[in-house]
Amino acid sequence: MSLSVNQGVDLKGLVDSVLEAYPDKSRKRRAKHLNVLEAEAKDCGVKSNIKSIPGVMTIRGCAYAGSKGVVWGPIKDMIHISHGPVGCGYYSWSGRRNYYIGDTGVDSWGTMHFTSDFQEKDIVFGGDKKLHKVIEEINELFPLVKGISIQSECPIGLIGDDIEAVARAKATEIGKPVIPVRCEGFRGVSQSLGHHIANDTIRDWIFEKTEPVPGFESTPYDVTIIGDYNIGGDAWSSRILLEEIGLRVIAQWSGDGTLAELENTPKAKVNLIHCYRSMNYIARHMEEKFGIPWMEYNFFGPSQIAESLRKIAALFDDKIKENAEKVIAKYQPLVDAVIAKYKPRLEGKKVMIYVGGLRPRHVVDAYHDLAMEVVGTGYEFAHNDDYQRTPHYVKEGTLIYDDVTAFELEKFVEAIRPDLVASGIKEKYVFQKMGLPFRQMHSWDYSGPYHGYDGFAIFARDMDMAINNPVWGLTKAPF
Amino acid sequence: MSHPVSQSADKVIDHMTLFRQPEYKELFERKKVEFEFGHSDEKVAEVSAWTKTKEYQEKNFAREAVTINPTKACQPIGAMFAAQGFEGTLPFVHGSQGCVAYYRTHLTRHFKEPNSAVSSSMTEDAAVFGGLNNMIDGLANAHSLYKPKMIAVFTTCMAEVIGDDLGGFIQNAKNKESVPQDFPVPHAHTPAFVGSHITGYDNMMKGILSYFWAKEEDFETPKTQSINIIPGFDGFAVGNNRELKRLFGLFGIDATILSDVSDNFDTPADGEYRMYDGGTTLEATKAAQHAKATISMQEYNTTQTLQFCKEKGQDVAKFNYPLGVAATDELLMKLSELTGKAIPAELRLERGRLVDAVADSHTHLHGKRFAVYGDPDFCLGMTRFLLEMGAEPVHILSTSGSKKWEKQVKKLLDGSPFGKNGAAYGGKDLWHMRSLMFTDPVDYLIGNSYGKYLERDTKTPLIRLTYPIFDRHHHHRYPTWGYQGALNVLVRILDRILEDADRQTDEVGKTDYSFDLIR
Repeated sequence: MSLSVNQGVDLKGLVDSVLEAYPDKSRKRRAKHLNVLEAEAKDCGVKSNIKSIPGVMTIRGCAYAGSKGVVWGPIKDMIHISHGPVGCGYYSWSGRRNYYIGDTGVDSWGTMHFTSDFQEKDIVFGGDKKLHKVIEEINELFPLVKGISIQSECPIGLIGDDIEAVARAKATEIGKPVIPVRCEGFRGVSQSLGHHIANDTIRDWIFEKTEPVPGFESTPYDVTIIGDYNIGGDAWSSRILLEEIGLRVIAQWSGDGTLAELENTPKAKVNLIHCYRSMNYIARHMEEKFGIPWMEYNFFGPSQIAESLRKIAALFDDKIKENAEKVIAKYQPLVDAVIAKYKPRLEGKKVMIYVGGLRPRHVVDAYHDLAMEVVGTGYEFAHNDDYQRTPHYVKEGTLIYDDVTAFELEKFVEAIRPDLVASGIKEKYVFQKMGLPFRQMHSWDYSGPYHGYDGFAIFARDMDMAINNPVWGLTKAPF
Repeated sequence: MSHPVSQSADKVIDHMTLFRQPEYKELFERKKVEFEFGHSDEKVAEVSAWTKTKEYQEKNFAREAVTINPTKACQPIGAMFAAQGFEGTLPFVHGSQGCVAYYRTHLTRHFKEPNSAVSSSMTEDAAVFGGLNNMIDGLANAHSLYKPKMIAVFTTCMAEVIGDDLGGFIQNAKNKESVPQDFPVPHAHTPAFVGSHITGYDNMMKGILSYFWAKEEDFETPKTQSINIIPGFDGFAVGNNRELKRLFGLFGIDATILSDVSDNFDTPADGEYRMYDGGTTLEATKAAQHAKATISMQEYNTTQTLQFCKEKGQDVAKFNYPLGVAATDELLMKLSELTGKAIPAELRLERGRLVDAVADSHTHLHGKRFAVYGDPDFCLGMTRFLLEMGAEPVHILSTSGSKKWEKQVKKLLDGSPFGKNGAAYGGKDLWHMRSLMFTDPVDYLIGNSYGKYLERDTKTPLIRLTYPIFDRHHHHRYPTWGYQGALNVLVRILDRILEDADRQTDEVGKTDYSFDLIR
């Protein structure tokens, strides 16, 4: 494979022509978010984590989505109240495929939607009284609930409700943690602040306030999985590898997670972080406060999996290191067979990625393992440190787009005509109408897992399924 | 902890199969036992059993504050749906941006279509100072990039709480040349803490009509013979609006569907992406003011709008999701009455064919007990059709349902011996429905994809007949209204009943006797 992509394509010209469509003020602002990766670059040369421009069709969500939808929602043995009007919880109800095992409605509530369903009187007179009652009713109807989180929607922060006071009072009354989360949708510029706020509430309202159930026994091999939401079972197909090399995964954050796992996390020897963007905050906190080191890893595609397993094992004794080699060797025949089967069908195919979190960089080597090329990538809600981590994965000449607008993405894809677009549900049908193969890379298009060796086989199958389906040959009528 | 590798390149297994392999089952058990510190299996079983009791139902129905699994969304998504049925219209949602991502996602997951709308992306500073600048910049950007013919503005709850004045802001933006002075920018206030998505539909529809119908000079123009039809928020709009147009064609009626999403939500895959397609033309929308009558297909989606049409001197009529024989009869007779045209012979034939189909299949429907939930109009339409077929609607539930709606349902139930076991539950949610289905079980459940959790808990087969349907594809392309639509609904219900019958009798050596080839 060559060391650069998009050779001979005038990407700078393309970017300029796309920017032409904007009014002056917005053109200048958007220009800072678009770039072509240069050789030896230290970062991607784009601005990030800045307010979206009004009216441009950003693909981003909000702080509530980052807290309720991403961080808190998957904690299965707690009930998460969408506090405010009915919509936020309705739209995010069961939307993310955070798999879990439990008796839904009895000891787990992941695929349910709890809301205080604000009415006009709650806006006018405040909703604290109603919140008291909501928590009482939940505790009565769901006695096995381990704790309750209050996920604030926009009005809460605007009408001056004191949800912290309600949380404190109710926690004492019901004898369970009640966590107030100030993740109103207007805070910050994207989901990202919601992740941060959610991390901070776990710090302040779990680590600082609750006592774990007794009975946990530490071992020298205790690790955690931080920033894996178990979409399509990703955390499970990661966990299995960590267990196989001899480690104990004492907590999953937060896919298939429980309150006890959150509480016991500070007992880990090392925190392993998959989605850096959404959970680096808590890892840094634990490093500072409890001296627990943390390490980023990447379980997409065999190259990164092997590298990550070795890096993780290097933190432990020789037995773990040997085990890591054994596990890598054990799965090598599967990896070889997957690549032998799919590489001839996918080699040289060009991919454009636009998603959130870690994926715009983390999945790149999984495509490379199949001899595919990533020609464009971008993040919905990245910060500078994400763009600094990106050149490690992508090649010179890659088109970079931060907080891309629907207009820009459509124009870029139209001009570059990749063989696959890897983005979200809002983008999917736009590109399929254009006759382009597409995979949703938030939900794995209802497939998965994609993490780990088991997941890589599924990833390869799915990319082949998208790119090589005969339907793309039918879009043009013969008459 | 070594184990054989179950995954293989020859036959790749995904989550459906992978996690049932022994190595994963063991992993789940280890996680549960060592790290989750959950309740004992006995305790969980005990509480689970308790949630199915009458006692629990009483507690559940005594709830005053928490809503659990409601059958309603918030106003703006309804406003967006209404706006998207007009030609070249870009919805512009004034407020926080995350809301728009949610509405687009929700509609896209149902229709399997792109869904375009923009946000004014208000953040903390706008919460303090108001969103005027967001409106000015946002309209300019949206107009330049997406070249709409109309921008329909409505609000998220954030903008409502801080009290932004849409009319003033839009005029301000026009003065700043964000869009030309004469560019149509109708608006509606759509607070999420009032009503639900159907209220938002109503408000936006009224907002758009008010914009086009407000002109003084048009006021004295005489009424035409034309009829306006407002479909309302309908997950089957693609099929239903096309069916309505077919009916008008057969009749030879000059009719305007106000907000017709059928093309916009069903664009072809021919290599070209159409951001806008079809929809009610702006010209027709304007001309609709002089129509002789406006007919609403869903009463609860159009309370304000119909009142407005009435004030404009039009005849108005309202239906409740015209599903089934009598409801279609009434619609056709109303069209005939308003236009003076006879009901076409072909429709008489279609009616006969529908009745024939019901007659052919009535033995499978007679006395079968159903739970129905969804929007108020859908519940009314569905209940009525079930009664017509000799099925028994038992629990009829709508979170958006009012006292008035409950009375309407009761009237339907009282009108048929098959309704004697039925009751309406307005303002209740699907967790209430769960209790009802345990203490007073039914044979089948009619609703949307969210009902699959009730199906799993109560083992009651679910028939997906209303928005949103995320986990089955393409049903929205087939109508549910009119005689043809009723036939589709009949087949969907029957298929589920007969598949269920096969599944209950498929044990070889045990239930061979009822596993009939001919049913």
